[in-house]
Amino acid sequence: MAQENKEDVIDQPEVLRHKMVTIEIAGKKYEVPEGITIIKALWYSGQEVVRGAGCLGGFCGACAAYYRTKDDPKVRTCLACQMAVQDGMSITMMPPFPARKATYDIQTLKDPKQDLFNLYPEAPLCRNCNACTEACPQKIDVREGVWKAVFGDFKSVSEMFMDCVMCGMCTPVCIADIAPNLVALYVSRAQGAHFTEKPLGLDTRIKEIQDGRFNDEWTKILKMTEKELADHCATVK
Amino acid sequence: MDIHALQQIVHQTRDVRRKQALPKFSPADRDQLIHKYHPDFRERAYRPIRFGPNDGDKTVLELATLLEGDSPIADGFDLTPDYTTDVLVVGGGGAGCAAALHAHAAGAKVILATKLRLGDSNSVMAQGGMQISVAPEDSPVTHFVDTLKGGHMQNDHQLLKVMVEEGPSIAKWLLSLGVLFDRDADGNLHVKKGGGSSKPRLLTCSDYTGLEIMRVLKDEVLNQNIQLLEFCAAVELTSDEKGDCTGAIFKDLDNHRHVVVAAKSVILATGGIGRLHIQGFPTSNHYGATGDGLCLAYRMGAKLMHIDTFQYHPSGAVYPEQLIGALVTEGIRSEGGHLVNAKGERFVNELDTRDVVSSSIIRECEEGRGIRTMSGRIGVWLDTPLLDAEQGPGTVEKHFPAMMLQFERFGIDISKDPVLIYPTLHYQNGGVKIDTNSETNVKHLFVAGEASGGLHGRNRLMGNSLLDLMVFGKRSGLTAAARAAAMPQGKLTVGHLKGFRAEAKKHGGAGGVVSPMILPAYTRKE
Repeated sequence: MAQENKEDVIDQPEVLRHKMVTIEIAGKKYEVPEGITIIKALWYSGQEVVRGAGCLGGFCGACAAYYRTKDDPKVRTCLACQMAVQDGMSITMMPPFPARKATYDIQTLKDPKQDLFNLYPEAPLCRNCNACTEACPQKIDVREGVWKAVFGDFKSVSEMFMDCVMCGMCTPVCIADIAPNLVALYVSRAQGAHFTEKPLGLDTRIKEIQDGRFNDEWTKILKMTEKELADHCATVK
Repeated sequence: MDIHALQQIVHQTRDVRRKQALPKFSPADRDQLIHKYHPDFRERAYRPIRFGPNDGDKTVLELATLLEGDSPIADGFDLTPDYTTDVLVVGGGGAGCAAALHAHAAGAKVILATKLRLGDSNSVMAQGGMQISVAPEDSPVTHFVDTLKGGHMQNDHQLLKVMVEEGPSIAKWLLSLGVLFDRDADGNLHVKKGGGSSKPRLLTCSDYTGLEIMRVLKDEVLNQNIQLLEFCAAVELTSDEKGDCTGAIFKDLDNHRHVVVAAKSVILATGGIGRLHIQGFPTSNHYGATGDGLCLAYRMGAKLMHIDTFQYHPSGAVYPEQLIGALVTEGIRSEGGHLVNAKGERFVNELDTRDVVSSSIIRECEEGRGIRTMSGRIGVWLDTPLLDAEQGPGTVEKHFPAMMLQFERFGIDISKDPVLIYPTLHYQNGGVKIDTNSETNVKHLFVAGEASGGLHGRNRLMGNSLLDLMVFGKRSGLTAAARAAAMPQGKLTVGHLKGFRAEAKKHGGAGGVVSPMILPAYTRKE
């Protein structure tokens, strides 16, 4: 904050005013302030972060990580910029996973619902283990989404996956080698490009601009002096 | 008192506040407020740049130092190209993807280089929406006027006219690629009202507008097989004997080798400067927002404009600690969320422009009406539960799923509890001066998106950034592509550094500073 010292900028490693906790990063123990995010714990423990940090706001999926809390056998997933560390936590960043992305020309698809099976033939092979859903840090019901995609309910998939940050954590866990996030992305794009009504008002506006409907107004505005323009702007509420 | 006790006043005063209508400030009051409280007017945070194209112009200390910084590339560096292309796009956010896609579609050979992954950017975080005048009662002219007003009348009229007029066709392009904008019952694009706008004009994909657009654009870049150089940070541009731009030099952050790319045109889409933490502010920006493109363009002789003005988004989270600086979308205020001080009072019309709202929040805090957290931070309340009270239970959850999830992770239900906020460094209003094709005064050097300047004047209107990226990404890409066929590849030299270094020496040197910064130095040393 403006009135504080440079050292207090929160994105820098925390000033020592918190209780320290012991965490494990990729198998090594470090003492870090309690409650800072995993990404900040990496910086605090002296690591240079290049891969594994992106928007730092929970939207880009660059910082997918696995963690386990003290004495709990369950390994969970998170976005490292959005998860606070606690004592005894074990953490490791997810490496990039070599999932296969199909390539397609979204605009010229003839039968997008059928094309799904050509582009992602593994999609219908889901064995219902639910690991993808459990792996999703965005709490998307991924397994349900894959089934809905296969059954052609593209609209539901596009709604369910609006929260998807493409971190890809659903992919390594899939025993059928499906990349659910990529399947959902294809389905959502197809839904938008092929199964959503065309907004008529938009075409009208584009035509109005092409036909010069606003030209007189433009001429008037662009001819104004600075003062006239300022006065004109002031009249718009 | 703890934070939960302090917030009771927001609940207690809600019904009274619901009946209040707060007028906007008069132009005089608004100017006075901004001059007194907006960080852009803190004299000691500024200094003149000592040399280069903006010699004598003032900017913040953090940026001035980097602009004057030395290049990491020594004289005699081996400039044998590793790659040769028609169009080189530097940056993988919205402007970079749009530029690459349009240049590729126009038949040019394109390389897109980015220092993080494709898509890691501020664009992906844009929640509020994208301003396009699609509603019948709205028009591009009204959009122009609103933007000009927001920008304190300092916007470049030509750039602005181009942006507002091309908006609708951009919406059509994005729809054709499968972007799922929110719709009205009749199938038309749903528009929301944004701060500082006289008409509802924001196209949204719930509060994931940037994410949805970027998911689609990234996917499209991959589908088109556009050549990518990820984790490659641009560290210098190359010039021919005339000083025209001919390519760029990168540092591969994986293996620390240099990569030289020869290009007929270079498009810098490198984004903003939030991670410089100007004046010590936290930031809403992504990890790589360190103003690299500004430094590169500046050393080439490109003129910058409006680099003394930055946008402090009114609502950066102050609590919990883990979310400090993260944005609480303006959409909450667009839908009627109140800003409330420690006394339970509103103090500004929440839909005023960002600079006005930010200044008023700083005023409340400096005059002792802020709320202090246990860790000593200060802020004011944003009454999020009000939305459920006004529009029915479930409104916050339905309209702002991203925000809900973000706070839920730390045990806070924003539909029940208000959020504590304080301005956060959000956007660089200015940047490299460009013409309507997005080209700088350096030939074949284009700049698109946040790195460019002029379009937004001295304060960017909410929702205009996403449109800026798409429009000027497109124009730079198309112009660069159209030019490529008829021109030879220029020679690669770093001749421009000679003059720059001589100037620096004359003014006492760069003080050991090497720029661009590439990534902020958050790693704790011993």
